[in-house]
Amino acid sequence: MASAQDGRQAEYARLLREIVPMIRAVAAHHHRTPDRVDDVVQDVLLTLHRVRHTYDPARPFIPWLVAVARRRSIDALRRRIRMDAMEIRDDTSYETFADPLANREREGREAADALAVALAALPRGQREALELVKVKEMSLVEASAVSGQSVGGLKVNVHRAIKALRAKLKGG
Amino acid sequence: MSEPLDDLIDKLAAEGGRVRRLAPPMTRALIWLLVVAAVSALAVFAFADLPLFMSRMGDAKLKLELAGIFLTGIAAVVAAFHLSLPDRSSSWALLPLPPLALWIGSSGYSCWRHWIEYGPEGWSLGESADCFRMIVGASVPLGAALLLALSRARPLNPVPVTAVGGLGVAAIGALLLQFFHPFDVTFMDLGVHAVAVGLVVAGSAISGRFIRPPEPQASRG
Repeated sequence: MASAQDGRQAEYARLLREIVPMIRAVAAHHHRTPDRVDDVVQDVLLTLHRVRHTYDPARPFIPWLVAVARRRSIDALRRRIRMDAMEIRDDTSYETFADPLANREREGREAADALAVALAALPRGQREALELVKVKEMSLVEASAVSGQSVGGLKVNVHRAIKALRAKLKGG
Repeated sequence: MSEPLDDLIDKLAAEGGRVRRLAPPMTRALIWLLVVAAVSALAVFAFADLPLFMSRMGDAKLKLELAGIFLTGIAAVVAAFHLSLPDRSSSWALLPLPPLALWIGSSGYSCWRHWIEYGPEGWSLGESADCFRMIVGASVPLGAALLLALSRARPLNPVPVTAVGGLGVAAIGALLLQFFHPFDVTFMDLGVHAVAVGLVVAGSAISGRFIRPPEPQASRG
């Protein structure tokens, strides 16, 4: 760091690269996700650059570095806690547009998700009948051969499955 | 290492010209205190009633009180310069507490003795408005000068730094007041002094928010 203070840029770059793992370890102590740890590492590097004139070469470098890293990491944690306490996050809210057609893609995805959940909740016989007859578009005879259900049983199960899905999706 | 981090390091290294190292905090504190002492001495010699002050100095309790105020001012300024650096212990903030206890204790004893001696008059309001103006008035330029000196270290947690520094300048203001304060303080006066010192410390702490390091520009969720 003393060389960096004297303006030797190559040594400064090498020092910054060498201390990244140590800064990362300090940040990982306070932050869990890699994204946040990366943010803190970047902020600590910028802060070190800003306060590098405060380092006294007569004193050990590591305590100075760790003090700066810990301070900025704790500040980031406080900022995060403050934001989480005061803000409500709704990732989809800003994806809704005034024009209903513009929302079709997202709403289509949501409808498909809801249908998959409702299908999974059906009894096995009804789900199988619906998948073979309506999704795979088999004839009743083919579906009967595959599933082992009688043709009459398949008709009843398809009817009941559609009724159950309609009730479920309408009820939200 | 990730690409943005590599780019950032290259950018910082490219900007990493020669910097002027800060002098040790004790040296910086002493220089600041010497400059303030020189300016204050000029004001005292020009405007204070020194013979009256010297006659009051015969009183041992006043000597004790002055020692408490003087040491509080020096200790708080020295502590603030140390606290402004990232790798110095936060225990430096405790340094002014013993002389502050001496200041409060000796002033309180003076008031109590004054009250015993003069009865209800010991609770009266003396020249408190002038004292208040003197402490706050002296602290504003001193505080601005100290804030400027402390901000050179770009403290990472500036509020405690400026709060302790505020105690230092308020004590120096109270010390100067003694040269223009030819009477014993009453409990009411002491209360006004305490409010003035508290106000200076609070104002200094708030001023610390203006030298806070910048927050990161963007933060990912």
